[in-house]
Amino acid sequence: MSTPVQASNQPATMIAEIEAPPLSLGDLTWRRFKRHKMAIAGLVVLILLVIYSFGGAFFVTEKYANFTNTKERLQPPSAAHPFGTDTIGRDLLARTIYGGQISIIIGITAAFVEVMVGILIGALAGYFGGKVDAILMRFTEAMLNLPQLLLLIVMAKFFSSDIKNIDIFGREFSGSVVVIIFIIGLTSWPYLARIVRAEFLSIKEREFILAARATGTPTWEIIFKHILPNSIAPIVVSATLGVAGAISLEAYVSFLGLGVRAPTATWGNMLENAYRYIESAYWMWLFPGLFIVLIVLSINFLGDGLRDALDPRSRTV
Amino acid sequence: MTKYIVRRLLQAIPLLLLISLILFVLMQNATDPLATMGGRTPTKPEDRARLTRQLGLDKPIYIQYLYWLIGNDWAKTDLDGDGVAETYGTRHGVLRGDFGTSIVQTGRPVTEVIGERLPNTLILMLTSEVIIVFGALLVGVFSALRQYSFFDNLLTGILFVGYSMPIFFIALSTMYIFSVNFKRWGLPYLPTVGMFDPKVGETPAQIILHMILPVFSISFISFAAYSRYIRSTMLEVLGQDYIRTARSKGLPKREITFIHALKNASLPIVTVVGLDLPLLLGGAVVTERIFAWPGMGRLFIDGIDRGDTPVVMGILMMIAVSVVVFQILTDIVYAWLDPRIRFD
Amino acid sequence: MKTDHKFLEVKNLKTQFNTPEGTVYAVNGVTFNLSEGETLAVVGESGCGKSVTMMSIMRLIQIPPGKIVGGEVIYRDNDLLQLSEEAMEQIRGREIAMIFQDPMTSLNPVLTVGRQLTETLRTHTPMTPEQCRERAQNLLELVGIPDAKKRLDNYPHQFSGGMRQRVMIAMSLACTPSLLIADEPTTALDVTIQAQIIELVKELKKSVGMAMIWITHDLGVVAGLADRVLVMYAGYVVEEALVDELYENTLHPYTLALLQALPRADRRRDQSLKSIKGSPPNLLVEPRGCPFAPRCEFVQEKCITENPALLDIETNHKVACWVDVKTGALR
Repeated sequence: MSTPVQASNQPATMIAEIEAPPLSLGDLTWRRFKRHKMAIAGLVVLILLVIYSFGGAFFVTEKYANFTNTKERLQPPSAAHPFGTDTIGRDLLARTIYGGQISIIIGITAAFVEVMVGILIGALAGYFGGKVDAILMRFTEAMLNLPQLLLLIVMAKFFSSDIKNIDIFGREFSGSVVVIIFIIGLTSWPYLARIVRAEFLSIKEREFILAARATGTPTWEIIFKHILPNSIAPIVVSATLGVAGAISLEAYVSFLGLGVRAPTATWGNMLENAYRYIESAYWMWLFPGLFIVLIVLSINFLGDGLRDALDPRSRTV
Repeated sequence: MTKYIVRRLLQAIPLLLLISLILFVLMQNATDPLATMGGRTPTKPEDRARLTRQLGLDKPIYIQYLYWLIGNDWAKTDLDGDGVAETYGTRHGVLRGDFGTSIVQTGRPVTEVIGERLPNTLILMLTSEVIIVFGALLVGVFSALRQYSFFDNLLTGILFVGYSMPIFFIALSTMYIFSVNFKRWGLPYLPTVGMFDPKVGETPAQIILHMILPVFSISFISFAAYSRYIRSTMLEVLGQDYIRTARSKGLPKREITFIHALKNASLPIVTVVGLDLPLLLGGAVVTERIFAWPGMGRLFIDGIDRGDTPVVMGILMMIAVSVVVFQILTDIVYAWLDPRIRFD
Repeated sequence: MKTDHKFLEVKNLKTQFNTPEGTVYAVNGVTFNLSEGETLAVVGESGCGKSVTMMSIMRLIQIPPGKIVGGEVIYRDNDLLQLSEEAMEQIRGREIAMIFQDPMTSLNPVLTVGRQLTETLRTHTPMTPEQCRERAQNLLELVGIPDAKKRLDNYPHQFSGGMRQRVMIAMSLACTPSLLIADEPTTALDVTIQAQIIELVKELKKSVGMAMIWITHDLGVVAGLADRVLVMYAGYVVEEALVDELYENTLHPYTLALLQALPRADRRRDQSLKSIKGSPPNLLVEPRGCPFAPRCEFVQEKCITENPALLDIETNHKVACWVDVKTGALR
């Protein structure tokens, strides 16, 4: 046989063409996310809503939002009041701006509480197993068996007496905001706890965890530095969708009159009693309602995209 | 299989006790039934003391829970405040079916109060559930079969928007369009208040007419969510190897879809449907308020507002029990449907 | 066995897939023929297009994202690619049957084995339910499942892997097809079970007289089973020959490399196993030259720029290569 031409003499471009380079996990995730046009749209709308609520504060003062003028009550949308006025003459556009701030803040902080509690309980149950798991899961199951809204209503009533106003950064808020954040967070964690527990149960058995244990890594380090980062995908998705859920729940509870109280406005409590004015003043429920729909929708799109990007194999309702 | 059922039932008991304990503690502190005794005027101080002893509110909370659970007709209470317990209580306890008496509707047994509202809510719930399940099956399967088509994409979009909407927005929008505006435009319009028109009377036709908007509001979100879920489940099943085998045998498409695929897809669907009950009940609360439907949801809100603890506890416990029972039923149906579990 | 090779003629079959990363060129002009009663083995590494070719013949490719973009599949004078879906349903299971690789997932877990056997009969034959059931029982006995009558009412999870594959074989033979396509049916099984299944299939084939296409990446299996062999790489057929001829007179560098990579009892112990250098081809790119060129020991300039066609080099022996492996020079 004559000496054949070796592969190393081949033009580099041909080899490069034929052997595609592998992508890093971050690249892959970003690529998958970019494909999701709706998720990008959701992100854009979300950013716009945030700009509206927080940026709008530069154009409209809070005083104006709370300024009552009974002579101008129940005015339909006009040049002076683009979204109309409510039952005591407050400008609805301004109220949606400030209401948005509170709604968004509630959403984010409630989701934060939910994630913290959910991770804690799920991690402890999943990692330690045995009795700890049994007790925690019993408790979680008990919580899951109760309709969350009803539980929220009961808890809202629990805290409803003597709510004082609190003062932050010179602005006055109803204490009910804090109450709502906590009770939403404290009733939403079971879903996440179950997911975290399932992740921990499966990751716990993997070899790199056995290796960590064999080398004497302390338990807390194993949980928080080894297992948790590997289960971050469903947590991120859950947290994102949790924000939408929290905003929604606040709206439901406020609608029933048990949520955030005066003087603080939220998109939810702007809808309180709006059904009484459905014939006479559609703008009272239409605008805050639309805002809620928009933000929940955009977060859901975003969450869907994140879920596909981070964990394409998962499928949940 | 029977062992499985028995085991689940036994597990349910401590669960229910735990739930009742949580709820009891919450409720006892949530409302002050003595504030107005369900009425409009605040209770007089001398009455307050008597009522406190009568309702057992001066006892420590675990005793109160015990009385609630098994009654106090075996124990003596001090009704006249002289420090000597002389009268036997009148309550038989929840475990014997006595949920106490309503504070708002003074003296009426809670079971009776709830019982008269329960059928109204059940009408809404059951109708909604039927519509949800059948509608979602139809749409979900159809959509999965027509994947990538314009129809599928459009539907997926609508469903996504639908399941992101809060119930009250759906209720208010449909109310606005089909009731307020239809009326304005001279079209026949749907009613929005109550179960029937008092002028016409409580006829089935009236009830159905009044049910349309509330049922639509309750069902829409779940219908959207289920359709998406059924669609994705079907798609996943259709991608399985055994479907490929079925196709390679030349079986007709209809048989493959409805027997080979759907039978497998129905397993996760059953699980989801069974667990949806709590959500529907939550939705009912809001919807009943908007449409002034005289059901349990409204009773619940009123009870909370006016401090009618026994009624609220009654409703909550009933819901908890039905959710647990439903879960067990769902598990049983699942185990029966899946031969891998049935023939273990 | 007739040798007119007119039973099944596949001409220039091309199948592609549309993926978010681009078009995957899975099958790039595959051509081969099959005679009635003949056993053809199709060999190649994972991803070379063997399964996709067979799925294309059966028209089981998911469209979208897949697409059969060209070629003809002439089965008994009918182009299968032109048939309607209903007409194709008549062919599948009745004339051409297929068995798949993973017996654990290829059977429907919620239907009894009996049902999965009888449904083919119900669809394709006028037999009554009782007759179908009896035939199903016979089929199970034929493939060596003990206690067949009772087993008809069992579910797939109540069978072991090897038994499930036997059930699959029974299912495929139900309507006595003229052609059986087997896609790596023994890859997921133990070696001993593998031997049993192969023996079973050989016996059945003899008694029924059907043609068979057997996909495998295991050259050892090929030797005991096939009449002819097709070697595929990157969606192309690179060599086609009678089985003995392939082993004794290998003409394509890839086939040669495959054979050399087989561990052999007569090699010296200190000789390391020979592997094929490089990595599998990227199917997202339509190759310009010979797809095997980057990994070929005998590569020449011409190989990089021109893709060799599959040509008759010797009688009944086709090769797609510019180089004569015996001399190392261009032909």
